[in-house]
Formats: sequence, structure tokens, C-alpha cells
Amino acid sequence: MTPSHRRRRGGGFVGILGELLLTLGALLLLFLVWQLWWTDVVADREQAGIIDGLEQEWGAVDAEQIAPRQDGPPPVPEAPADTMVWGKMHVPAFDRPAFPLAEGVSLEEVLNVKGAGHYPETALPGELGNFSVAGHRNTYGRVFEDIARLEPGNAIVVETGDAFYVYEVTESLIVQPEDVEVIAPAPGQPGVEPTQQMLTLTACHPMYSARERYIVHAEFAYWTDRADGIPEALATGAGNSDGGASDQGAAPDSVPTTAEEES
Amino acid sequence: MYGWLFRHLPGPLWARILLTVVLLAAVIVVLFGWVFPAIAPYMPFNDGLVGALQHGIAAPQS
Repeated sequence: MTPSHRRRRGGGFVGILGELLLTLGALLLLFLVWQLWWTDVVADREQAGIIDGLEQEWGAVDAEQIAPRQDGPPPVPEAPADTMVWGKMHVPAFDRPAFPLAEGVSLEEVLNVKGAGHYPETALPGELGNFSVAGHRNTYGRVFEDIARLEPGNAIVVETGDAFYVYEVTESLIVQPEDVEVIAPAPGQPGVEPTQQMLTLTACHPMYSARERYIVHAEFAYWTDRADGIPEALATGAGNSDGGASDQGAAPDSVPTTAEEES
Repeated sequence: MYGWLFRHLPGPLWARILLTVVLLAAVIVVLFGWVFPAIAPYMPFNDGLVGALQHGIAAPQS
């Protein structure tokens, strides 16, 4: 078009339609910004506050001290009230290695605001059965963002006011959303009496979608008394028996781990 | 539409620009604080659960 063809400013049907479409585009972009960034900002703040609160309630743990593995049956936590935060999870292989654990899997009341959520019908840590936990992977603090990084043998640790429960990853799988048998007491075998203490994580899959579910199963390895310090699995380097190199006080979880690649 | 709005804001140019920025900020606050949280449960990419939830409403099955 030639410069002499000046359009009427914003006038006419086409002008208004154009502005509406631009507005729609801007709204969609804003929604993405909100969903992918702002929900993380809010949830991170919230979760940091919860972690601080737990630390105060439970007392600081001696991060310099490696607690001895306990023989005998692990203590089972009391059945927690719905939506209550009752534990902390540590996954050294994650970039975000510690986050709160609350009761229930309500999006609004637990997963969007508090961190990971325990499926209420499933076992508790240390119990025979399948202690199952859900978490977000892309939004709201994305506690399970790096779930696909977990490999057999990696540690998943649950901390309560009394104990650390250390589980070791056995397998990862991708299932359909309706495949509830992954959280059956004996994983994958609904109706079968459990013989092991298992842990299962569930998250969205693929990234930025909820078409499938990413599942990680882990098996109970050992537990330690929280008063004795941190379990070996959370020590610097996740294998060094000497935690003396760490100088970050009560934050054994900020230890850099063997991240294969930055995302 | 927006041109009409901008021309009908009161005050000199700088005041109208300032006012526009403030109005835009207010719109974003309302969107982030109320509108987006209300529609997020209907988006298809947040549900990481097996079986239990649809649209954020707890409906345990089987």
C-alpha cells in the first residue's frame, strides 16, 4: 500500500476486531507468564516459609553428623490431618533438593501451594505398602521438575520430626493417567498383599502436558534417627562418610549433585 | 478502541501516559491475582495425579 492511503485511526469494524485479537494474544501471553513463572515465584516463597517453619518446629538437624543406620522396624508417623504439612522430602538428584510434604492431593489446597502431596489412601513412610506422593513438574514450584533424572539407586529421603526414611529408586515408568495400580499397596499388582515398603512418585508427563504420568518407584533402604544427624544419603557427595567439608549449617540439601545436564 | 480511550483520558500527554501505565498494571494485578487462578484448574497441563483428580476437584475413584 502507498503512504497516501492512510487508514482511519482504529476506526471501523476491522480496526476493532484487530484490537480485540491483539488483546486476546496479549492475554494468552500473560497467562503463560503467570502459569510458568509467577506460580513458581509464589510457590517458592510459600515453600521456603514452610521449610523454615518445620525447622523451627522440629529443631535444627546436625548436618555435620552422619547418623548410623537403624536396625529394626522404622517408626511410622501418626496419620496426618488432611492438607497438613507433616514432612519434608529430599531428593539429592534434583536441582531443588528439598521441599515440603503435605497430606492429600488437592490441587488448590496442597499441590499448588505446599509442595508434594501424599495420596491419603496409601501407606505412610516406613509402613508396609506403597507410600505414594504427587507433585507438580512444570508449575507451582515444580517440585518434581527433574523426576526424569532419577535412576535406579538414587536416594529419595523423607524427613519427619523423628526420623529420616531413605528409599532407593528401583524403576521409572510412563503410564496413562488412569493407571491407578502404580499406587497400589504392591505397585502394579492391585489386590495383592504388600510385602515391601515402597515409595512412588507421580508427576505429569510429558513436560508441559498432562497426557501421561511419569512414575518413579523406590524401595525402602534404611532409616535413621533425626536426633543423630543426617542420613548418609544426604551427606556431601552422597557417599562420603565425612560431612566435614560442608559449611552450610543446616542445609545439607544445597549440596551440588551430579547433575548430568543443566536444563 | 484503545485510541479512543487514550484520547479521552484527562490531562496532558505525560499524565495520560502515566495513567495508561497504571491502568495496565492494575489489569495485570487483577489477572494474576484472581482471573488466572480461577481458570487454571481447567487447563490441561497441571494434573500430575493418577486416577484421582479432574479439574482440581477431589473425586477418588476405584
